Amino acid sequence: MSEQVYGIKVPIRLDYTYVVGTAPARFLRGLAQGKIVGQRCPSCAKVYVPPRGSCPTCGVPTRDDVALSDKGIVTTFCVVNIPFAGSAVKAPYVSASVLLDGADIPLFHLLQEVATEDVRMGMRVEAVWVPNDELQPSMNSIRYFRPTGEPDAPFESFKEHL
Amino acid sequence: MANPCAIAGIGQTRHASQRADVSIAGLVREAALRALEDAALTFADIDAVVIGKAPDMFEGVMMPELMLADALGAAGKPMLRVHTAGSVGGSTALVAASLVQAGIHERVLTVAFEKQSESDAMWALAPKIPFQPTVVAGAGGYFAPHIRAYIRRSGAPLDIGMRVALKDRLNALRNPYAHLHQEDITLEQIAQSPMLWDPIRYAETCPSSDGACAMVLVSEQAARSAPHRPAWVHASAMRSEPTMFAGRDQVNPRAGQECAAAVYHQAGITDPRREIDAAEIYVPFSWYEPMWMENLGFAPEGTGWRMTLEGATAFDGDLPVNPSGGVLSSNPIGASGMLRFAEAAMQVRGQAGEHQVDGAKRALGHAYGGGSQFFAMWIVGSEKP
Amino acid sequence: MRDVAVVSFAQAPSVRADQLRNEVEILMPVVAEALGRSGISKHEIGFTCSGSSDYLAGQPFSFVMALDAVGAWPPMAESHVEMDGAWALYEAWARLQHGDIDSALVYAFGKSSMGDIAELLTLQLDPYSVVPLWPDAVSVAALQARAMLDGGHHSERDMAAVAARSRRDAASNPNAQVRTPLDEAAALAEPCIVSPLREHDCPPVSDGAAAIVLAAGERARQACARPAWIRGIDHRIEPASLGARDLATSQSAALAARHAGALGGAFDVAEIHAPFTHQELILRDALGLGDRATAMNPSGGALVANPVMVAGLIRIGEAAQRIIDGRARRALAHATSGPCLQQNLVCVLEAD
Ligand SMILES: [Zn+2]
Repeated sequence: MSEQVYGIKVPIRLDYTYVVGTAPARFLRGLAQGKIVGQRCPSCAKVYVPPRGSCPTCGVPTRDDVALSDKGIVTTFCVVNIPFAGSAVKAPYVSASVLLDGADIPLFHLLQEVATEDVRMGMRVEAVWVPNDELQPSMNSIRYFRPTGEPDAPFESFKEHL
Repeated sequence: MANPCAIAGIGQTRHASQRADVSIAGLVREAALRALEDAALTFADIDAVVIGKAPDMFEGVMMPELMLADALGAAGKPMLRVHTAGSVGGSTALVAASLVQAGIHERVLTVAFEKQSESDAMWALAPKIPFQPTVVAGAGGYFAPHIRAYIRRSGAPLDIGMRVALKDRLNALRNPYAHLHQEDITLEQIAQSPMLWDPIRYAETCPSSDGACAMVLVSEQAARSAPHRPAWVHASAMRSEPTMFAGRDQVNPRAGQECAAAVYHQAGITDPRREIDAAEIYVPFSWYEPMWMENLGFAPEGTGWRMTLEGATAFDGDLPVNPSGGVLSSNPIGASGMLRFAEAAMQVRGQAGEHQVDGAKRALGHAYGGGSQFFAMWIVGSEKP
Repeated sequence: MRDVAVVSFAQAPSVRADQLRNEVEILMPVVAEALGRSGISKHEIGFTCSGSSDYLAGQPFSFVMALDAVGAWPPMAESHVEMDGAWALYEAWARLQHGDIDSALVYAFGKSSMGDIAELLTLQLDPYSVVPLWPDAVSVAALQARAMLDGGHHSERDMAAVAARSRRDAASNPNAQVRTPLDEAAALAEPCIVSPLREHDCPPVSDGAAAIVLAAGERARQACARPAWIRGIDHRIEPASLGARDLATSQSAALAARHAGALGGAFDVAEIHAPFTHQELILRDALGLGDRATAMNPSGGALVANPVMVAGLIRIGEAAQRIIDGRARRALAHATSGPCLQQNLVCVLEAD
């Protein structure tokens, strides 16, 4: 008697060349120079970062670059306690929504140099960049965000950005 | 106006983390044949097939409806494939209903499935795209910050999520098809399960399941020859909003509010808490029960957690939510939304067995997907509208 | 059925590889142009439906970000098919039949340049018995071409003639990608890529996007001086197994044509979605177009611009545009999906 076959393994390998797009490319080039570049919607004036090329609510192209501060506030966050395949960071770690000063939408990044139990909504944070000679057109140019030690922002000031 | 549409047949598979006993085709047939049997029909009676599932990467088959055409008796017929992220099971049912409501077809078979065990789902959700940040770890990593925001905004006690998880797992014991049957689960056990994505504990997350759901949707004319009492579609709606935009409320998204308002309006409902007898709501993480209670207008903003705390959403509460055990007890992603829609219809048909809510006349089926941005809902009733 | 018409159409010029713009950036001006031409604002649109593929985009939920091209705010009634945009149009047409809304937006996008499209389409085949052999899409199409040639009704010369005509027509289509003329004799002397298919028998790899606005009844007349009314639309699928069907014919296309009312009367123009030359010959037979004095694929068709997931919707758009422009009174549009024409959609369009 031969063995019953219930399944087979079919390895699939597909290679893609992703095109980031013109607006995100400006953002990435900014990171390579240690700058964070957002874009303003010509219709509603909101500042998007990273810019995707369109204002998601107006459906029009965003064209005006806006230089943003690398400081901001944690609007909300999550403590990741389990290791994930592909994650470069050791658990536990905090992934946070950071609303940069001058931006109207938070971006996600790591939060470090603080105990996970001390992270708060409203906490002021700043970007920690890689050394200048390691800057790249990549989010990895910012190693993580860390607390600045400034007083927390009041909940009212960011409750529209959760 | 649109033609009436009835649900004449419902079927689902046994849901499990791995259904190694069937192929993908075998899985969808298991649900489809049960739905046809319920309606006393065969594949030959069906005019069109509408199939839905979440990303193709979950099984490693591109547009799998093509290779499933034979298995679902679709050869020679129209076949549509819907994909609207997590809400897809609901949207698929709505597209199928739309074909009947449009007067195009008399009998439409609709099927939704996921067979996550056939591929590496974690990989499927996170291809390494060079310019995208990788700090968000899985769906829980995405939704946990919004749950934190909800807790902060509402001042909800921290054990609400655990109470939802306990309720849904106990409800699942009444449902023979449910993936999780945790006979002796306690609040204590849930509290002690690992905190994966603070504030989400392991026991507060949905499982990963293989499974399928199917329904036969028919016209008023065709409903007359159905052997069992059909359910009737009283209202249906889809709403979408962008993933990320300045000022977006991800805790109480406007698309969800407006989708709910649309179905209540169509069904002539002014007081949903009183007029709806049972609700099957898409709750993949326990905290989404109180959040959706508010979003759906069952509770004023900031007070949805009270419904959980006071037992209103329990099996014997005034608005039983997820009497089937819900997504927290079975989660074949693409089918999860259709299961909500089907379970709502089972309630008003009086065919829900051990988890039947006494005298349910009108029920809500709800599904959502993406970053809480795609919504699909229907209200079904025991009487023709 | 309620009278529903195509009232405007827009497309991005098809290109081999758009290495600057992402999908949202390609799609946004196209959606804006289609809405602009119709004079119907996104706030008035009653239903939106799109077609695209995650595998093509190389990421799950790829349609989600594309929604940013529309500006879905306030929230809108919206759905998506993991199919060519022609089927999104079908879903929108069905939705308009309910009678409670009067307009719909349909769009599709696809960037085939991101990966190896011929290898990728292998994943549409049976995962247990066929995919492990990894036949690429051109080889699978070649099986069909061989079956057709062996039937004896069409020749390799007929196939080359389809290619040459497509290239000629492409010269006057600014959205076409392959516009170099084809010398039939010289082309037939070239070696096959996969016998019996030569380079000119195969479609280009294309990036593109398209959008169509549908409107019903009086609203269509307000939006367009000469609406392209959908007089019939239907789609059919056939078995997946290549061995289970006669590859030299297209039963599902013939069935869809019958149900769409396309088998009677003459057409001024036919836009047929045939990525390979032999598929146009098979489809002409199946759709009963063989002997009729119909202008075949005046846009040049999928042989000169083939953005996967979009090319079918473009056929409906091109056919409708000729009615809107007054160049045609009755048009047939067709879209296909799956290996060897497995699934086919037929749409009959007419002026008043
Ligand atoms: Zn804007």
